[in-house]
Amino acid sequence: MFKLARRFAEEMINHARAEIPNECCGLLAGKDGTILQLYRCDSAEKSPFRYYVDPKDQIRIMRELDQKEWDLIGIYHSHTHTEAYPSKTDLELAFYPEALYFIVSLQKADAPVIRAFRIVDGEIGEEEVVVA
Amino acid sequence: MSVQVHVPQMFRKHTGGAKTVLVQGKTVREVLESLDQAYPGFRDRLLDGRELHQFVNIYRNDEDIRFLESLDTEVREGDSISILPAVAGGEHFG
Repeated sequence: MFKLARRFAEEMINHARAEIPNECCGLLAGKDGTILQLYRCDSAEKSPFRYYVDPKDQIRIMRELDQKEWDLIGIYHSHTHTEAYPSKTDLELAFYPEALYFIVSLQKADAPVIRAFRIVDGEIGEEEVVVA
Repeated sequence: MSVQVHVPQMFRKHTGGAKTVLVQGKTVREVLESLDQAYPGFRDRLLDGRELHQFVNIYRNDEDIRFLESLDTEVREGDSISILPAVAGGEHFG
């Protein structure tokens, strides 16, 4: 079970809605498994079907994490038309086994869904998200 | 010439868990070759043929080498090289 602070859940959903029709993406960082900061990222692929965190954003954020001694806790992106479950591409490009992959689904516009998955060696394990 | 390489978690199984390693090289390509010799397994993960893999980002002192000379980017004593797998995905890619 992962406790997701309401403000981060809301921020992910707001970001997902702001990027419509494209997918959004971002990073979640913190300490001891608790998210302290959400980083909205620019996608180098502005597309309704894919995302690619801008490499410049990525190195800048990773350096900040090093300085603050924070961990990368999660990676989030949105699915604009499909359920909150990793696609084949999500699976193939999941290079961060240490991170939880959060997916925000806007399939039902007025009822967004956030689910989280650990993806290790191509195996998907869902972690229940409790928004509190 | 000695260059420090920052290794992301997914590749640390190749370095025995080390987060940074020192290797030799005058260009990024040479650094990656030294890295693969010292810690076999890197080359296939980072390169696609002789080019940088589409989903791997490499930085010299925080500058994306795709905006420099890519794998031919020169490195100097004291430079650091960071390897960051892309954060990417989506319904379709290609």
